[in-house]
Amino acid sequence: MFGRMFKGGVAVPHRKNTANCETIGMDIPTKIVIPMVQHIGAPCQPTVKKGDTVKVGQVIGDSDAFVSAPIHSSVSGTVTNVGPMLAANGSHVVSVEIETDGKQEVHESVVPPEINNLQEFVSAIRKSGLVGLGGAGFPTHIKMLPPKGKKIDMLVINAAECEPYITADYRECIENSWSIISGINIVVEHMGIEQVVIGVEDNKPEAIEVLAKIADKNDKISIKKLKSLYPQGAEKMLIYATTGRKVPPGKLPSDVGCVVMNITSVSFVADYIKTGMPLIKKRITVDGSVVFNPSNVEVLIGTPLEEVFNRCGGFKKPPYKIIMGGPMMGVAQYSLQTSVIKNTNALLAFDKVEGDLPSESACIRCGKCVEVCPMDLLPLEINRAVVGKSVEGLNKFKVMDCIECGSCSFVCPAKRHLVQSFRLGKGIVRKQAAKK
Amino acid sequence: MSAILIPILAIAGLGLIFGLGLAFASKKFEVKVDPKISEVREVLPGANCGACGYTGCDAYAEAVAAGDAAITLCPVGGEDVINSMAEVMGIEAKAVEKMVARVNCKGSWENVKIKFDYDGIIDCESAATLYGGPSACAYGCVGMGTCVKACNFGALVLENGLAKVIDEKCSACGKCIEACPKRIIELVPAKSQYTVLCSNLEKGGEAKKKCEVACIGCGKCMKECPFEAITVKNFCAKIDYEKCKNCGKCLKVCPTNAIHKFVPHK
Repeated sequence: MFGRMFKGGVAVPHRKNTANCETIGMDIPTKIVIPMVQHIGAPCQPTVKKGDTVKVGQVIGDSDAFVSAPIHSSVSGTVTNVGPMLAANGSHVVSVEIETDGKQEVHESVVPPEINNLQEFVSAIRKSGLVGLGGAGFPTHIKMLPPKGKKIDMLVINAAECEPYITADYRECIENSWSIISGINIVVEHMGIEQVVIGVEDNKPEAIEVLAKIADKNDKISIKKLKSLYPQGAEKMLIYATTGRKVPPGKLPSDVGCVVMNITSVSFVADYIKTGMPLIKKRITVDGSVVFNPSNVEVLIGTPLEEVFNRCGGFKKPPYKIIMGGPMMGVAQYSLQTSVIKNTNALLAFDKVEGDLPSESACIRCGKCVEVCPMDLLPLEINRAVVGKSVEGLNKFKVMDCIECGSCSFVCPAKRHLVQSFRLGKGIVRKQAAKK
Repeated sequence: MSAILIPILAIAGLGLIFGLGLAFASKKFEVKVDPKISEVREVLPGANCGACGYTGCDAYAEAVAAGDAAITLCPVGGEDVINSMAEVMGIEAKAVEKMVARVNCKGSWENVKIKFDYDGIIDCESAATLYGGPSACAYGCVGMGTCVKACNFGALVLENGLAKVIDEKCSACGKCIEACPKRIIELVPAKSQYTVLCSNLEKGGEAKKKCEVACIGCGKCMKECPFEAITVKNFCAKIDYEKCKNCGKCLKVCPTNAIHKFVPHK
């Protein structure tokens, strides 16, 4: 029924409680903090200083590096501080703090871009500040410009949304289907793409119906119904499931002629080309056992987490664990003062029952982790190498190929902290490489 | 009687034949080994810690015997080993200062604020990747004991979430320095008694908010020191152990108790 499937994967509970929650807006917060690191690549340098007035859509951070994307102000107001502040990635990064005036005046630079060729298209996308909205945060314009000698003929649209709880992309399909189709058309036209395939998991029948209507109107576009299996939405798994092409380890989708875009990202492309408004807001799923009203909220980038939770009625009881992102790959937060960034797609708050990390016991070598690993790795052996801090073992069992999806940790009957230990292992390997 | 005599004689006979064979082989295929290697190896402590830069005591002994390595490289053995090695090698020994490791942090549970409950892998490196660890101070000891595990001599202990060095056991091999993700362990001369036990580079107020005993960079010790041994850089004082004469005046003026006195051991 589903055709190709990647190897491994786990059937995680869906918990898509917010699937029918229409996106709600929220008031302009009085103060926002925009970190200068919101993507993979070079961090931005702030282009404003304390005391400056900024308007909506104004560039407040940029970088000369190619692998980077500018950062825009999501509000109008006054810059009250520029300097290192606590960010959601777990470190202090240079951030711009803005006190809002509530007027939301739009900056004069916000005009629809003029695009005549691929080069202009790529630079327009860079200017829009778009990064992969699925969660990884890779600057999108880089994907648009394939390396020399490589032909991209396939656009894969990622609407799998395989992490439990998150319904932000699903709501995009339902609420913004016209933007999605025009976004796809724009990308197809400028990049000269021959075929488009949209991958959706089969637990989203409504989204499939809406997208099927889109696909009907254009014979380049097809829809691929995917089995709901985690991590179906991981780039390499998705490419295999939708096109049958295999991306070898250490290679990029462009090596097999594919470009993968998140469904919200394509939809944003259409909006940007039409209005010129850069990426300043994001739909976020707020859910979890202690959230009063689980909802989908449209949030300005830089909004403190506390305000987002308040918009959803606050907490039923004090949360034990707060996670930014999905429950499988998200990062736990300890402060509600950190802010929403471009690639945030969910905020989850749990009580102790759900949030507690079970304690480890000894590995019984049952091999379940090997069965579920979508990257064909041997998690138990990598774990052993990490415990023994053996660089040789880590390299032998290819810890660097791990995509940190967490499937192995999910199935482990001994509750070993596998994926956490692989992060540690990657650190050990990197440290060793730096020494040489 | 003969039933037991025959096997005994047979075994004895076989033993004799093999023994002669082995004796012949050991003469015939003998590999000449520099006797100095084993002599040097004898005096080395045998910890195989690798602090000398060689893969273990054997490798270091070979290098010393071949004259490729200096005899002062073993921090574990200290002066005694250097003297014995000098004797074996027939060269003159130069005095080497005994060093000890010190953890430049005083942020135990009662002193430093805790940001969050950490329930991941008990390893400093792992904890440090998440918001720099559960301790409020991003520069201080993570307190998961990675250095304790790294120490081959049992010279480090965890006390209230803070790593401490037991001077008597420390052999200054430097393994803990490598292991610490915050890089707050350093080697200091064992005779020096005073150390600023803080590595926080934030402004005084910020540091003090996070830790009761943080160095706030006030510079009082710098002014007080008669030997100009103390410098304050990035709001954190540092003692130059070459200039320090152990007078202890800095300790008396420190408003936060960030300076600590170590009692030298005999």
